Amino acid sequence: MGRKILLEHINVPGIKTYDIYRKMGGYASVEKALKSMTPDEVVEEVKTSGLRGRGGAGFPTGMKWSFIDKKSGKPRHLVCNADESEPGTFKDRFLMEYIPHLLIEGMITSSYALGCNLSYIYIRGEYMWVFRILENAIKEAYAAGWLGKNIMGTGWDLDLHVHCGAGAYICGEETALIESLEGKRGNPRIKPPFPAVSGLWANPTVVNNVESIAAVPWIVNNTGAEYAKIGIGRSTGTKLISASGHCKNPGVYEIELGLGVDEFMNSDEYLGGMMDDRPLKALVPGGSSVPILPANLIFKTAEGNDRLMSYESLSDGGFATGSMLGSGGFIVYNDTTCVVRNTWNFSRFYHHESCGQCSPCREGTGWLEKVLHRIETGHGREEDIELLWDIQRKIEGNTICPLGDAAAWPVAAAIRHFRDEFEYHVRFPEKIKNRDHFVAEPFEKVKHLVAKQEV
Amino acid sequence: MEVSHIHQDINITPELQARIDELLSHYPDDKKKSALLPVLHEVQDAHNNWLSVALQDKVAELLEIQPVEVYEVVTFYTMYNQKPIGKFMFEFCRTSCCAVRGAEDLMEYTCNKLGVKVGEVTADGLFQVVGVECLGACGYAPMLQLGDYYYEKLDQAKMDQLIEDCRAGKIDLHKMTITQ
Repeated sequence: MGRKILLEHINVPGIKTYDIYRKMGGYASVEKALKSMTPDEVVEEVKTSGLRGRGGAGFPTGMKWSFIDKKSGKPRHLVCNADESEPGTFKDRFLMEYIPHLLIEGMITSSYALGCNLSYIYIRGEYMWVFRILENAIKEAYAAGWLGKNIMGTGWDLDLHVHCGAGAYICGEETALIESLEGKRGNPRIKPPFPAVSGLWANPTVVNNVESIAAVPWIVNNTGAEYAKIGIGRSTGTKLISASGHCKNPGVYEIELGLGVDEFMNSDEYLGGMMDDRPLKALVPGGSSVPILPANLIFKTAEGNDRLMSYESLSDGGFATGSMLGSGGFIVYNDTTCVVRNTWNFSRFYHHESCGQCSPCREGTGWLEKVLHRIETGHGREEDIELLWDIQRKIEGNTICPLGDAAAWPVAAAIRHFRDEFEYHVRFPEKIKNRDHFVAEPFEKVKHLVAKQEV
Repeated sequence: MEVSHIHQDINITPELQARIDELLSHYPDDKKKSALLPVLHEVQDAHNNWLSVALQDKVAELLEIQPVEVYEVVTFYTMYNQKPIGKFMFEFCRTSCCAVRGAEDLMEYTCNKLGVKVGEVTADGLFQVVGVECLGACGYAPMLQLGDYYYEKLDQAKMDQLIEDCRAGKIDLHKMTITQ
């Protein structure tokens, strides 16, 4: 059994409620921090822990905290990013739905560390029932004296509120999230200035993912040094992985970073292997924007080492033969999946979610979707694969925010690893047309047709 | 989505006003605009789940901002409906993880059962089937959103039951009445 930090008490009946959460030792980190630590000491513990942002980028949380501008004297804000919308990712929702006070506790301790008096949780609008759960949990925390004026008699005030979005993936980008929290369209801002200097209402702001914030109470209670002992190398601690697709047991799992991908995929403690025991074809290990891995690169790296669930191991080999841990959206595909159709699906998503601010992304994502759709429906042209490559290359790195990269990478990786499948679509359109949503005839069986045509 | 010119009765009830005031209290006094997104949700919920231009103007007045500041937000975010929708709008997630677990087939099944195409409202105004992008329920596919709630791990039988429950008035869009 792997060690559980975030989900340790998840099976305790009633853990959703304040009373039970408190009985199980909840809010101890607030007591410890406020009574015996200075804010800077809390920041130091988080730095020592090596905790890295769990939203996808993996930037060290403690370092992000240390950038917040304390000199200007402006009010500071902590904003929790609960706008989870990356396809394949549903871990934060699980945490907020089943153990909401863990996030509230983390927000209080973290706000103390950053010297904030007004903090927010920004949750996506579709999670409306979770919004209500959090609203209720915040009310309980106010009633118990953990929020409001003069908390624990220390003279420190904190107000915490939950704010809901309204259906825009882009608001998961921190500056777009801030815009949205200000009541505007979710258009990402040009950086610098970074939110740490000028964020919400031009005040210094830190934006952290739900899971990062939820790890803070354990770190404060048990020290950063203890947290750093868990995991492997620079991938410290535990990570929530949300598994979906064609695996036997989809769901949310807490793993110690460094667990073997093979063990995660095939042991009964975790995913239990493939649904209906069909062969594994591909894996997207960290949410839709990270490169897709073909079967031969999933359990072993290109150099033949065991692939582990860690930031470093999953990205081993760069984009040529590796991928990324990302947000932990672990999507498993079996042999009935059409990679072209799936890539088109992802491109449709990014086209739909592009905010329209930067031309390469606004226009490029539309082109990607259209060209992929035409290939998928049997109207592809020989030059389309090169065209796709060209478009994605022109989006990557040319936009204000990373949505452009996120749209480009899955297309590039699909072509890189599954080019023959694209070619099959283009060369045998009559086999593609009138096909079901799924490939009744897995590509493996028709692969030779493409090979034969090659000169 | 084009702007609708259909008339909508506007009624800011005392309960709704109280809720708006509560939301406004979450932001500094000079930052009322910040409450725009949550307020729009509440106002929309209380007005048959859509926002006419007149209603958007009313929201601008309540938050002391310009109407255009409301329009630009309403047109940006997908959860605000600018024209009337079916009473029960089934929003199927059709992104990859759901798609590979049968979301497209279930959507097709539902459309056929209700006799509509994707996006259309049934003649009685009761049902609408739409495809939306990732709802963050990837491991519980196929699924749909109906009002404020998710219905997950669906199949044809569960879909039939859900439609029946809607018809029988057992489903409250903003308050869960049955256990999943």
